[in-house]
Formats: sequence, C-alpha cells, structure tokens
Amino acid sequence: MTVTEDRPAGKEIGSPRKRKEDQRLITGRTKFTDNIQLPGMLHLAMVRSPFAHATITNIDTAEAKAAPNVVMVLTGADVADEQGALPCAWPISEDQKAQPHPSIAVDRVAFAGEIVAVVVARSAAAARDAAELVDVDYDELPAALDLKEAAEDTVLAHPDLGTNKSAFWQFDSAGAGTGSAIDDAIRDAEILIEREYRQQRLIPAFMEPRSFAVDPTGEQITMWSATQVPHILKLMLALTLGIPESKLRVIAPDVGGGFGGKLQVTPEEVITLLAARRTGKPCKYTETRSESLMAAHHGRDQWQKLTLAAKADGTVTGLKVDLIANMGAYLGLVTPGVPILGAFMFNGIYKFPAYQFNCTNVFTNMTWTDAYRGAGRPEATYAIERMMDQLALELDMDPVEIREKNWIKHEEFPFTTVCGLEYDSGNYEAATARAKEMFGYDELRAEQKRRRESNDPVQLGIGVSTFTEMCGLAPSRVLGSLNYGAGGWEHASVRMLPSGKVEVVTGTSPHGQGHVTAWSQIAADRLGVPFEDIEVLHGDTQVSHKGLDTYGSRSLVVGGSAVVAAADKVIERAKPIAAHLLEASVNDIEFKDGRFSVAGTDKGMAIGELALASFSAHNLPDGVEPGLDADATFDPANFSFPHGTHLCALEVDTETGGVKMRKYVAVDDVGNIVNPLLVEGQVHGGLVQGIAQALWEEAVHDSSGTLVSASFVDYLVPTAADTISFDTDRTVTPSTSNPLGTKGVGEAGTIASTPCVVNAVVDALKPFGVIDVQMPCTPERIWKAIHDRGAGGADPTEGEAMPHFDEKDVADRSEGGAQ
Amino acid sequence: MTRINVKVDGAMCSDDVEPRTLLVHYLREQLGKTGTVIGCDTSNCGACTVHLDGRSVKSCNVLAVQADGHEVTTIEGLATNGELHPVQKAFHECHALQCGFCTPGMIMQSVDLLNENSDPSEEEIRTGLEGNLCRCTGYHNIVKAVQQAADGAGSAAVASTSGGAS
Ligand code: FES
Ligand code: FES
Repeated sequence: MTVTEDRPAGKEIGSPRKRKEDQRLITGRTKFTDNIQLPGMLHLAMVRSPFAHATITNIDTAEAKAAPNVVMVLTGADVADEQGALPCAWPISEDQKAQPHPSIAVDRVAFAGEIVAVVVARSAAAARDAAELVDVDYDELPAALDLKEAAEDTVLAHPDLGTNKSAFWQFDSAGAGTGSAIDDAIRDAEILIEREYRQQRLIPAFMEPRSFAVDPTGEQITMWSATQVPHILKLMLALTLGIPESKLRVIAPDVGGGFGGKLQVTPEEVITLLAARRTGKPCKYTETRSESLMAAHHGRDQWQKLTLAAKADGTVTGLKVDLIANMGAYLGLVTPGVPILGAFMFNGIYKFPAYQFNCTNVFTNMTWTDAYRGAGRPEATYAIERMMDQLALELDMDPVEIREKNWIKHEEFPFTTVCGLEYDSGNYEAATARAKEMFGYDELRAEQKRRRESNDPVQLGIGVSTFTEMCGLAPSRVLGSLNYGAGGWEHASVRMLPSGKVEVVTGTSPHGQGHVTAWSQIAADRLGVPFEDIEVLHGDTQVSHKGLDTYGSRSLVVGGSAVVAAADKVIERAKPIAAHLLEASVNDIEFKDGRFSVAGTDKGMAIGELALASFSAHNLPDGVEPGLDADATFDPANFSFPHGTHLCALEVDTETGGVKMRKYVAVDDVGNIVNPLLVEGQVHGGLVQGIAQALWEEAVHDSSGTLVSASFVDYLVPTAADTISFDTDRTVTPSTSNPLGTKGVGEAGTIASTPCVVNAVVDALKPFGVIDVQMPCTPERIWKAIHDRGAGGADPTEGEAMPHFDEKDVADRSEGGAQ
Repeated sequence: MTRINVKVDGAMCSDDVEPRTLLVHYLREQLGKTGTVIGCDTSNCGACTVHLDGRSVKSCNVLAVQADGHEVTTIEGLATNGELHPVQKAFHECHALQCGFCTPGMIMQSVDLLNENSDPSEEEIRTGLEGNLCRCTGYHNIVKAVQQAADGAGSAAVASTSGGAS
C-alpha cells in the first residue's frame, strides 16, 4: 500500500511551523505536576534504604508521627495487603522468574533507594523533616552488584528465587527459517572477530523530576502524573490496586521530558494514591533530583559478547550475539523486553545470512532498568557498528567501504532481513553520499594522515555509523507474538465544533515533542481548515479516553496516522450532508481544500458551514445522525525503519586523553516530514544523549551498591559548553506502512551517535594500536589505552574491556586474536 | 519567621518566611510564581534561574531573606506590556525548547548573558550557559536563539530590559 501518493498536496505538512506549545512555556504559564496545589493538599516524603540488600528488622515511626504537621506515616507492613505488586507487562518467556515488586518494601530491600516508609505532612518541608526521624533497623545482606558475577549466581539478589537468571531468550536464524546456521558461518569463516563491549548503565535524567498528585475527592480518583503513559498507568493502577478502572482518571499535564524514563508505573504513584485514599485529602509527592537519579529506572547496562564471521573480501557471513542484560532488582513495566527490542537490530542495515542472538536477563541489587531512549536498539547498533569498524581495521579497508559492501542496496527494498523483518524502504547509498559530501570526508582523512605522519600530539579521529531501527511501535500482532502485554495501535478523534473550530484528540502523550503543532498541521491539511483553528487535546483520560501513549518513536507514525484516518472519516460523514444541502448526488461531491463542491459546478460549502449545519440538524438527510465528529484507530502492518549515516571528527589530545569534537554530520532518513523544525530538534537532542553515552555519562556505584553519581555534580549530563553545533540534513524515502509515509525520529539521533563517536575515538588512536576504549571514553581511559594498550581503556575494577574468550567457546582465528 | 519585602515582577510583596526558606520555594509556594521551576538539589541545573536586581541567580541557591529589600524578576515578569522579550521570541522562533522545563532558567540566563555581552561568540554563549542543563534540545537551537536575539535585537533593546518588568 503506497498511500503516500494520494496524500493531498497540503501547505502545512512539510512546513517548519513554529510551535503552538511555546507561548505558555516561554512565559512561565506552565502546568507541571509540581505546580499543582489543591486546597488541603498534603505532601509526601519517602524514607529510602541506604543499603543495596538488607532485611528490615524494625521500623520505629513514633518520633516522626509526633513531629509537627505530620498527618500519617506509612510502612510496608501498613499497606502490605492493599499495595499489590507493581506490574511488568512484558514477560519474555513462559518460565520467566521475578520477585514481586512492592511499592513500599515490607521485610527486605533489594536496592539502595528502595522505599521503606512514607511520611505524609501538611507541607513538603515538614514531611522531609519528619522522614529524617523514621528509625529503620536493617540487617545487611550480601549484594549482587557485578553483572557478570551475578550471572554466575555467586551472590543472589533475591535468595528466594534461587537464581539471578530471570529469563533466557534466543533468536536463531536457522531455527526461525530466516537464514542459515551461525555455527556453519563461524566454522567456515575466513575472518573471525570476537569482541566484548560494555553498555554502561545510564540514567534518563529528564529535567523535570517526577511528581505525582492525587485528588481522591471525586467519583473518580484523579491522578496527575509526570508520565509518558497516562493510559497505561490508569489501567495498571486499576489492576495493581483492584480499583475499578472506571473510578480512575489520569492526567499527564505538562511533562518535562521522559526519554523512556517516564514510561513506567512507579512505586511513588501507587504510594501517593494510597496516601490520598487513606487521608481523604489531595496528596502530592515530588522527588528530589537525588531521588530521581537513584530510584527512577535506569537504562542500558549490558555486556555484549560478539562473534562476527566474514570472508576475506569483507563480506560478512554471520553474527553471533551473547548478551547479559542487567534487570536490576525488579522487573519494571517493560524491563525484560528492552534487550529483546534490540534482538532484531544487530544485523543493522546489512544482509548477512546467519545470525544468532542469545540473551540472559539477570537480577542484581541495583535500581531496576527499563526503557531509555532507543531501548535495546542503541545497544544493538553500537555492537554492529563497532564490529564493522573492527572488520575494516582487520582488512585495512575504509570503514565506509566495508559498510557499503554489506548493506542492502536501494534497489533491493523491500528486503527481508536475517531476523525476518521486512525493511520496506530506504536508500543507504544516498544518505551516505550526502553525509560524506557535507563532512568533507576526503579532506579530513588527508588531515588525519598528516597528523599521523608528523606524530602530532593531537590526533584526528573520524567515526562513521550507519543505522536503522525498527520503530513506530506498532503492529499489535507482532507485539503480541513477542508476548508484550499491550497492542500498538493508536487512537484519534476529530471533533468538528459548530463554530468551525476543530478539536483533535490524540491517544499519544507528548512531553516535549511538539505533537500539538504537528497534529495541527496534519489535520489542517486533511480538513482544509486553518492551522490556528485547531486545538490538540491529549494526556487526560477523561478527554482522550483511549490511547497507548508516547514511546518508541511511535507517536507520529501511529498516532499521526490515526489523525489522518479520523479526519478522513469526518469528510466521509460530511459528504451525504453536503450532497443533501447542495441538492446533488453524493457521487458528485468533491472535497478539496476545506470545501465540498458539486463536480462541474461552482456550488459548494465550506467544511465549517457543514459542521454548523450538522450541529443544528435542521435539515439533514433521513437517517443521518447529527455531528461530523469521528474516531479512528490505526494499527500499521509493519514497523517503520528510519535510517541514516552519521560522521564525526574529533581531536584526541594524546598527552591528556582529552577529546574535542570538531564536526558532526547527521543525515537521517525519517521518511516524509511533517515539520522539519521538530525533526531537527529531535535529532539534535538525540545526538547529545548518544554522544553523552560515548563520552561522559555513567551511573557509578561504590562497592556496597550505593549510587555515587546521584547528583548532577557527578552524573555528567552534558552542558552547552561540552557540545557543538551539528550539521544535519535529510534524505527522504517514504515509509509504505502508514498514510503519512513517515518514519519515527525520536530515537534516531541517540542510536546512531554513540558508535559514531566511539569509532572516532578509536580511529584517532589507531597509530597506538588501540582497538577499543570502554564507554564512557573518559580522558583517563583514553590516556590509559594509549599508554597501556592491553587495558583497552577500561578501569581495572570493571574487568578487561578486551575479552579472552574460552578457547572452546569460540575460536578466534584472526591473526593475533583481537587485533 | 522573618518578614521580608521584595519586589517581584513589578509588584511589592510583603511576607513572613522561615529563615531557611529558599527563594525558589518562596516564589513557587508563597507567591504562586510556578513559572520558575526546580530541577535539582545541588544548584547544578539552572532551571530556577531568576534575576535579582537585574543579575541572574539560581533561586535555589539564595535564601528568601536575602532577597529582602531587593527586586526579583522571574520568567513571568520578563515580557513587558504584553510584548515578549527578544530572547523569548528568539527561543520560539529557533525552536530552542522542547519540554520547556529548562526554558525559564535558560531564558533568564540568556538575557543576563546578553546584558553582559551584547555580541557574544558561539563559544561565549556556550560557556555563558554552562550552568543551565537542557536534556531535550542538545543546545544547538538554544545557541542559535541567543545568537538571533543578539543580532536581531541589538545591544540596546536587550540591555533596556535589564531589571526586568516594570
Ligand atoms: S534547581 Fe536551582 S540549580 Fe537546579
Ligand atoms: S527543553 Fe526539555 S530540558 Fe530543555
């Protein structure tokens, strides 16, 4: 279905409209959850465990209860019967093991930061003061902190489970019938490259700390939440607490960023609701930044063992992936599924015949992990893009050339990959050519050569990464086949108001992306009404009663398409009325630019006039209901597959290990564009998050499992001074799986930039024989890599970055092993 | 409790505050100036930036009592007579905000930066905004917005708004 061709040539879609959302945000007229203040509102403060693993032997709340303005103190024992267990919506295997996750720990804590008691008081300050007075006795238990050790069950994160292994999941191309056997590819390989990469633990670090307010004083309990997923939250709260779903209303007001970090059903939400229900008063909890960094879910945290088989000419013949993924202490909403989202992406844009993916999900006594921008796909892209560079190095080929040799050519689309996904469209040649041209690839290579020859203490590194991702989550059937708990459709309504204005209701839940502007553009073109006359409503389950919210670069692809479908239904509903009023046959009614006209005549009516006529209902054809409003859901048959080529040049000071970025070019193909301004914004933000993984960010714990990087002093979210301006451009191959022809863009920048930057760092160090630097590539690690090649830049405490695989496991036949 | 008198966004306010109350809490909780937001507890994020007597401060790093007898301008008082400040306009035009959470602080800091240096280089802009974190925009468009405000408004227009609302 190439529905893109019948898209009316609109003036709005494709135009760089400035955002409607901005006016309030630039003048401080905002509605972030923490801004909400209701009469009689009470405030919560949490008491959190300082230990990663301990039994709770006693909690003394007497002093806290007696403190000024304290209304109530709750412990796990107080709510044990009503708090239920927090939900995991994505069990990846039938025999998946999991420890029930209480909102307030009852007798044991499993990570540092877990809530053990809650103080409810008349002010936030009083609640915090009293929280200090809660006296908790712990018996410390051995904690499972190192991922590899945890995978060996050396120390158990949850002794009752008897193992740290939550689940094992495999994809095998021979077994699935989508490719050949990996063992054969490895056996017959002319080149075999083995590497092990660390995906460090990251923290989403959205700027708005999470905040939740609950008003229990209506027929429906109302919750305001800094969430990406109000609809999912509503359902999950109902299921967790046994409240009828119809008695709950969830509102996501202004939400200050999410990046997957607010795709969760949190202990704090459940607790705020319980407190409001018990006190009968509105309650609010707003976390501090330290709490946010410590206890809001983390992302990534994997070890990736990779074996790439290739022919001597550089043709890749197979890839084997062995992952250990750190779940942390509990399984959050989609925790187990995050590595699985990467399973289909390790082959990237390439067409090798054999592939096997093995993943073991492992519990540790750390904050649980879950979705973070890209969720599984950045990890996969990193692995394959680093491996392609290693192959180029091995064969002394240009890294772009080796990619070209292996990628799917534009004339080969649609292409079914070794994972069984059908990539519908793309043009890797075009994106790469454009990127090289913008970058000045040959000139920079020449400069690199000069610096190498003159032993310049400042070396130039050039990094490349090509990527694709499956996004626009999406096909409900596919998600079902992966055991995901929900579908992937999206809903929209278009309400034609009698005054001619239009309300568009969407089930997506924006938190910075600009849906209000983009959806207005879509509806304006489709209905032929002015952009300004459209109001987009979202994020309140009473207004937008159905939806699956915003994550996985799905909103435009799925939710925007639902707007198209609903608008088209409005037009279909209006046609018989127009025919009736214009005294013509329905078959003669044409709709264009907001006007219904009778073919071959100058008779016509504007859509606004029809809205009024159908509202007043004075003269409708027999059997036609008043109103033009329409609802639609959209469920695409396939994912969308954006792609792109990124190039980065950076200078590495070999004397200090310092890195200075010189130039970054990103050419992305995200299909048709609704608003280039918004697309660029998404790319810029994504780039910096991905670059930050490569160079700066890491959640660091001490040996007892306390998060050391629990403030912005230590967790290095980049500043304006750390970053540069980017050169971005686009190529366009429309997606064929949605009527807009769009592909997702929210995660693209993050996915592509991490390997691009690390490839550049390692490229700069090529003269020193360095083949890997562990992320984040800090000056210290780079310096160490230069001065002690074997160390690969890893901290000694974190194991060697370069693996020494078990000989019988996989034999490394490449000359000199991991060169 | 200590009585303080502060001019906030052009209006005289007289309130009793606990000596430990932070300016940002006073603004948000007592005055309802929720346009100024809190993003951290270590004075790193800059989301709470306001002007104190025309110079930018992180209002989580100032006690309310320290503002006694002084003039505070928040994001809510930056536009004058319904006219957006050139920096506000530039943020809108350059798509320099996404979720908008860092925006109040980012704008207040940018205004201060331009008051100090009406023709900053890209590097000076980046250094000048180092104390303000944004997780959404990657800073690219924020830098552009400050450049545009500097070019478009010229030093005179920008400087004339120092001291905030009247
Ligand atoms: S809240 Fe003031 S600097 Fe973060
Ligand atoms: S716009 Fe979201 S943090 Fe800056």
